[in-house]
Amino acid sequence: MRYLPLTDADRNAMLATIGAPSVDALFSDVPAPARLAAPVDLPTAMGEIEVERALGRMAEKSVSAGSVPFFVGAGVYRHHVPAAVDHLIQRGEFLTSYTPYQPEIAQGTLQMLFEFQTQVALITGMEVANASLYDGATACAEAVMMANRLTRRRKVVLSGGLHPHYREVTATHARFLGFALHAAAPAPNGGEDLLALVDGDTSCIVVQNPDVFGHVRDYSALAEACHARGALLVVAIAEVVSLGALKSPGEMGADIVAAEGQSLGNALNFGGPHVGLFATRERFVRQMPGRLAGQTVDAEGRRGWVLTLSTREQHIRREKATSNICTNSGLCALAFTIHLALLGDAGFTRLAALNHGRAVQLADRLGGIPGVAILNDHFFNEMTLRLTRPAAPLVEALAEGRILAGVPVSRFFPDRPDLANLLLVAATELTTDEDIEMFAVTLDGALQ
Amino acid sequence: MNDWSQALGGFKPLPAIGETQTGNRALQIEEPLLFEKDSPGRSGVDLPEPPPHTSRLGNAARTAPIGLPGLSEPQVVRHFTRLSQKNYSIDSGLYPLGSCTMKHNPRLNEKMARLPGFADLHPLQPISTVQGALELIDTLAHWLKALTGMPAVAMSPAAGAHGELCGLLAIHAALDARGETRHRILVPESAHGTNPATAAACGYAVEAIPANGSGRVDLDALQAALDTDVAAFMLTNPNTCGLFENDIIAIAEAVHAVGAYFYCDGANFNAIVGRVRPADLGVDAMHINLHKTFSTPHGGGGPGSGPVVLGGALAPYAPLPWVVHGTEGFGLLEQAAGPAAQALGRLKGNHGQMGMFVRALAYIMSHGSDGLRQVSGDAVLNANYLLAELSVELTPSFPGPCMHEALFDDGFLKGTGVTTLDFAKALIDEGYHPMTMYFPLVVHGALLIEPTETESKQELDRFIAVVTALARRAKTGDAAEWFRGAPYLTPRRRLDETAAARKPVLRWLPVVAAADAAG
Repeated sequence: MRYLPLTDADRNAMLATIGAPSVDALFSDVPAPARLAAPVDLPTAMGEIEVERALGRMAEKSVSAGSVPFFVGAGVYRHHVPAAVDHLIQRGEFLTSYTPYQPEIAQGTLQMLFEFQTQVALITGMEVANASLYDGATACAEAVMMANRLTRRRKVVLSGGLHPHYREVTATHARFLGFALHAAAPAPNGGEDLLALVDGDTSCIVVQNPDVFGHVRDYSALAEACHARGALLVVAIAEVVSLGALKSPGEMGADIVAAEGQSLGNALNFGGPHVGLFATRERFVRQMPGRLAGQTVDAEGRRGWVLTLSTREQHIRREKATSNICTNSGLCALAFTIHLALLGDAGFTRLAALNHGRAVQLADRLGGIPGVAILNDHFFNEMTLRLTRPAAPLVEALAEGRILAGVPVSRFFPDRPDLANLLLVAATELTTDEDIEMFAVTLDGALQ
Repeated sequence: MNDWSQALGGFKPLPAIGETQTGNRALQIEEPLLFEKDSPGRSGVDLPEPPPHTSRLGNAARTAPIGLPGLSEPQVVRHFTRLSQKNYSIDSGLYPLGSCTMKHNPRLNEKMARLPGFADLHPLQPISTVQGALELIDTLAHWLKALTGMPAVAMSPAAGAHGELCGLLAIHAALDARGETRHRILVPESAHGTNPATAAACGYAVEAIPANGSGRVDLDALQAALDTDVAAFMLTNPNTCGLFENDIIAIAEAVHAVGAYFYCDGANFNAIVGRVRPADLGVDAMHINLHKTFSTPHGGGGPGSGPVVLGGALAPYAPLPWVVHGTEGFGLLEQAAGPAAQALGRLKGNHGQMGMFVRALAYIMSHGSDGLRQVSGDAVLNANYLLAELSVELTPSFPGPCMHEALFDDGFLKGTGVTTLDFAKALIDEGYHPMTMYFPLVVHGALLIEPTETESKQELDRFIAVVTALARRAKTGDAAEWFRGAPYLTPRRRLDETAAARKPVLRWLPVVAAADAAG
């Protein structure tokens, strides 16, 4: 087996040193009935050629995004990742290192995390950010639980524009931790009165920008109103490229930002691994979940980095930790950081403008088709179409014609027939004029 | 001289021998922060002009600049290459971190995970267009079930601790369905910190169970603590002392006798994969860290993946979504309805860590059922070899045989003035990552060594020689100061963690703004 260096001669010599008759004898503490006499009944070892062939065949059974006109978004976005990103994250010193608990030999990872935290703080307009969480949905749930700790209140209000996965993950925690969740109904046309749901026991309101239907808003007034009631404003962001074009949550007065960072540096990956971003105000830092890299000096007075404020974390604090998270999304955070380092301010804002421009083109073209109404006055790179017939079968039909047309809202809300005709469509910098035209012509044909 | 070179320790125009002007040491090159290399307006990505359009951003359009630094591609590539060179990694050497299973990460797995048919798929594409991806998840699930003997597996958890959350919530949901409210989770004192943290995150009170003299769960203490208020007992097996819990069948029976569930932390599954099925030990739920046993790269702290195998009583509560076999190929249940009506809800966005699934399956297919059995055999053999050879100079905490890792305490350092930390830091200068230190908590000054099966005998012999020589040096009694100063040859010497925590600096700030803030 190519990954196992021991030879039979090595094994015999080592057994002699140990004083054991066989490898099996080393398992003598295992109750005899539980020791398997032979390998489990599944295929035996394969060489690289066979594995590549088998997995290659499996991969070919799906329709990859890059092979067709592609308009799918709803929290996961197909962006161009510069070649340097994937090259750099595959350097073994990044790829095959552990969590940087030994800072003297992990300065590379630690400095990168410090840069990641700074970038996240800058684009969200917040004061501090952590070293990543699993994804946007789990970051949202962590934000809510942190708001509950900070306010010592037990009631949470979720916008109907919050991504359903974010709402569902938060609801799972609420169910078992016993805090109250008031989730507003989905509002595809925009507009909801969340403040009406706030009372003296409300810890936070969670909104998303752009929301799951693509609407963009300035939440400054809502932030003020929250604060006046002693509640916090959590802003979720599912499309982080939007921050290159939109007022930041920090500018709007958000207290906690929970975001999905996949759009920068990371592939679609069929939904994972992605990277959760988490940012807040400096005064709340000791209630933050997850790891933090911090600046310090070494024994010779030189600047360096360490993991810090670990007394919040499970390996020190055990049952009193702010979260149970340990392994997070380090390498995805690295990809994010390299991509954003390459973009810089000029590239990031250009990328956002390009996304928005493409989406406006898409809206203009699709909005002109009889039977299509665009529900958004304001949007970034994604919008909701109201069609004259159910969206799900239409998307299936278009997929057969090799166009991936978007996400039918019914996939999230199968019990809401009134939403069945809604379709979420997204455009990015990878969307071409030809893609838009082919989509429009095919959609027009299918609707008439 | 610019700002960052001061931050790095200054610039010496007339260095002595062994010193340099820059602070660089040949291949170790000092590197400033990205933000200190900024030239406004510069970018490492050339993007086309946006098409002519009328903005539809409304009053939410950004007006203020962001402050991200501008760098070109060569600067960015050099920056991250230099940073990488300050990291230790499995690729560069033996990484004996106990409980972390730092084994070789095959590059075939990286190549497979990047196939467009896996990496370039959107999780919300029509199900008919992602059949290959669902087949991959189903195939990996089949292997995990076969290797553990369990009937079901929840694939979505994103890491080990997330898997623990999944398992305990499934237990919570099963108890709810039985109409029972239980309040306590029992956890051995030797447990990973995630165990009590997860139990608390599920709303349970945590009670520690002591170890007995042989480093295993004290069965009498466990039985005394068990009653109908206990929801579950969480146990790592092999445990964090590197020992197999030889009372495990009795433990499972005692737990089940009070109607509680038996959760196994599968972090150490590498020791028994292919040889022992947790189902045969009475386990009700166990997470599997794909980034340990199945070699998906640790990546400097993730991403991981933590599927949870479930027994029949817990399977109905597995979180959404479920991959199912349908009449037209594979299906995906995303709502708590139909067969998934009792599902505990959703634990993360989308369907799980697909990129990790591909790597893990490539690893599993490469080894096959026979190779996986060899994995656990060689892992345990390597650990026992270290235990035997290092016991000459170090103090083993418990007699062998051990499983995949060997535990020593600081008895051999008594009276030397050298601590476990000093000893481990000295190992760094010799080219090794330290072992796990001060964990588990059940022995004094623990040194937990896990070599994994991907180290050769030659590599182990070299490591044994180095550790032995260091132990002898410590025992001379006059080396305490030298040990206390180690490491000497690293990009940075020991870092002041107390100062970092006392006045946290968690991000870079522009120099002017920092001065204002200070003023």
